[in-house]
Amino acid sequence: MRKTIVSPIAALAASLALPALAQERTLTVYTYESFVADWGPGPKVAEAFEATCACKVTWVGVADGVELLTRLRLEGAGTRADVVLGLDTNLIAEAKATGLFEPHGLSPEGLTVPGGFSDDTFLPYDYGHFAVVYDSETLKDPPASMKELVEGNPDEKIVIEDPRTSTPGLGLLLWVKSVYGDEAGAAWEKLKDRVLTVTPGWSEAYGLFTKGEAPMVLSYTTSPAYHMIAENTERYKAAAFAEGHYVQIEVAGLTKAGKDKALARDFLAFMTGPDFQSIIPETNWMMPAAATRDPLPEAFDRLVKPEKTFLYSPEAVAENRKAWIDEWLSVMSAR
Amino acid sequence: MIFARAERRALRAAGGIALGFVLAFVGVATVVLLSHADGAGAPLLDAYTWRVARFTLLQATLSTVLSILLAIPVARALARQRAFPGRVWLLRLSAVPLGLPALVAALGIVEIWGRQGVVNDLLRLAGLASPVSVYGLTGILIAHVFFNMPLAARLMLAALDRIPAEYWLTAANLGMGGGATFRLIEWPVIRRVIPGIAGLVFMLCAASFTIVLTLGGGPAATTIEVAIYQALRFDFDPPRAVLLAFLQIAVTASLLSLGTLLGRPPEEGMTAGRAIRRFDGRRRRPADALVLVLFTLFTAAPLAATVASGLAADFGRLALDPLLHRALVTSLAISFSSASLSLAIALPIVLVPPLAGAADSGTATRLMARALPAMGSLILLVPPVVVATGWFLVLRPFGETGRFAPAVITVINAMMALPFVVRVLEPAYRTHLARTARLALSLGVTGRHRLRWIDLPALRKPFLTAFAFAMALSLGDLGAVAIFGAEGFVTLPWLLFSRMASYRTADAAGIALVLGVLCLLLTLPSTAADRRRQGPADA
Repeated sequence: MRKTIVSPIAALAASLALPALAQERTLTVYTYESFVADWGPGPKVAEAFEATCACKVTWVGVADGVELLTRLRLEGAGTRADVVLGLDTNLIAEAKATGLFEPHGLSPEGLTVPGGFSDDTFLPYDYGHFAVVYDSETLKDPPASMKELVEGNPDEKIVIEDPRTSTPGLGLLLWVKSVYGDEAGAAWEKLKDRVLTVTPGWSEAYGLFTKGEAPMVLSYTTSPAYHMIAENTERYKAAAFAEGHYVQIEVAGLTKAGKDKALARDFLAFMTGPDFQSIIPETNWMMPAAATRDPLPEAFDRLVKPEKTFLYSPEAVAENRKAWIDEWLSVMSAR
Repeated sequence: MIFARAERRALRAAGGIALGFVLAFVGVATVVLLSHADGAGAPLLDAYTWRVARFTLLQATLSTVLSILLAIPVARALARQRAFPGRVWLLRLSAVPLGLPALVAALGIVEIWGRQGVVNDLLRLAGLASPVSVYGLTGILIAHVFFNMPLAARLMLAALDRIPAEYWLTAANLGMGGGATFRLIEWPVIRRVIPGIAGLVFMLCAASFTIVLTLGGGPAATTIEVAIYQALRFDFDPPRAVLLAFLQIAVTASLLSLGTLLGRPPEEGMTAGRAIRRFDGRRRRPADALVLVLFTLFTAAPLAATVASGLAADFGRLALDPLLHRALVTSLAISFSSASLSLAIALPIVLVPPLAGAADSGTATRLMARALPAMGSLILLVPPVVVATGWFLVLRPFGETGRFAPAVITVINAMMALPFVVRVLEPAYRTHLARTARLALSLGVTGRHRLRWIDLPALRKPFLTAFAFAMALSLGDLGAVAIFGAEGFVTLPWLLFSRMASYRTADAAGIALVLGVLCLLLTLPSTAADRRRQGPADA
């Protein structure tokens, strides 16, 4: 039985014995996991920034944007983060309410995000419009508007995400609200019959979609770019909606607790510059928030470009989120 | 009086340590979270919570009843047919669903039962126009039966295998028919293990999250676990998460205590230890074959679908991926440590209760004998995300939290596996004790020697089985990694989810296949022990 007791202790000991970090200027950036994955923007961004600053970038990646905010709330003023990158506009109000962030003091000049977003604490680094992505091999007449999606043939199903647990799910909720306003409940009532299932997150929904369970899924206008560039197929397309699309803008901000605020500000300035922005499209599969060094890859030209963009202010989302989710729940839970 | 005095003292101490460790680990996290109130403070027992609690109980009850009812014929058939090609692989299969992340299993089930799945293709071929829809309660039940029925069958089979061989000999001599055999021999044994197994399955289903949301068809299918997750994420209201967890435990515990009323005190038969021969095996072969073929199709089909999509992955590239190597090593190290820890905590839970039977056992011993098994099963209802969040808060002042991630995850996984380990070890130990305890004591074989020469050899197989279950469970758990998010700390499920989240479905399927194969490999030692013990007569 000796082994039984020794191995957990060994695991603990091993976990404590990480080598001490070398003494140099360091910047700790909290972000979501897919940003720092080896195919994500993180490694390239760190390399590019380190070349300008004689410093070391340390990434801490948590599951997603919502988890990022949770992590900060848990850590409070003692957080090690200098920069927090990966919140979206729907989380900004709550992030500010924690009192952990300080104004960036940078000019938003050169930023090209739609919906006229501007904020003194958070700077955008990329954005994507939510869209219904469909399988062009099984769906011959995709909906051309939110109205057509809501009122269309209930046998042609869509997989959506749950607004209680996921950002795209909340995005769709806000999108329907933007289009229908007070009639949103009635719209969900109709759309309900087309919804195959409501998944906890984007991965489950997209997994069901690519398995062919439903011809449509709620995703982003940029999703087809991945399939075109990485898989060389045009099978999956985004449907352009006549009313317009809701946008998700991803932002970053610097913390009050940061040790080296000058370095953190340099990073935010670098973030909206062409070196960082050029990395984004093909690693994060989102649209850059400012000018890139070269024109975007050709596949991006073929993506849906929404003419009208919907975006609620962070305060409006924070104020109404609960009531709107309750409205959604009562309609969607009814038999 | 089946233990020597020194043994009793040692067991009581071990029981105290196990109880104290688990309670402290969960308790500290709970207290810290309760004091971390800065949420909106939504009312706990609103209509929403009640609706969610009702649905949780409904689906968990149905899933449990189905899993148990279906497991009985499977276990009986497996116990009767003791030698057929592939039997050992069928047993091994039962550990695989445990080690698969729920998302992978859900997608595997969809490949079979979904709108474009095999079943509906067959139905369409047969000329049926409207396909079966898996989304809704049906899908949840199919998935839960897929996860839990093989486990239940395996545990029942273990109980049937402990029936003394003499019983079968006598049954054959008396010319007992199938009905009488079931009523007089099999059912009394199965009935005794059902409360334990049903409780385990019920808790697993009650705490289900991804399966319920993904296959449930809409928010009408929501479990308390979803509400807990919601409270910790978007709503950020840790006290509410803790209170919901209490609600989940209270509701389930009250239902489970009903179940234990149905349980019966054990009756153990003596045996000379001869190999089991089933004289009714030949007669029942066609019926058993049908049951086992159906069981295999049901269990193996979604796994086969997972394998098929896994094989489409680019293994050449995956095999050279250093990140995958690191994840593999980390996952194996964590699951090995957590399985070891789980077994260490489970031992007192299994060993202490028999102490209370003695006439001179004190109140403390009797209390402990009740508290340990209760803790050993209810721990499954403590949401890992709540404990992990609590420990995150506890450890934060001690520096970089990421360093503690492996230790915290190891302990949490060990606790999650506890109910499984106890379910495997407890009945086996009870039988073993009934057969050897008095003799050992009268021969003066106690303490270390008893452990070495009498207990360990006989309990080798349940130990290995429990270890395999615990490791599989830990391997497939995404759990607390999501909160700690340590730099450079990757496990297999974490890697799988991160590939999945960035469109790399083929990679994710490949990693799922690696996980499945690992779980299958884990069961090799325990089934090998099976063969050795039975000897060549019926292997």
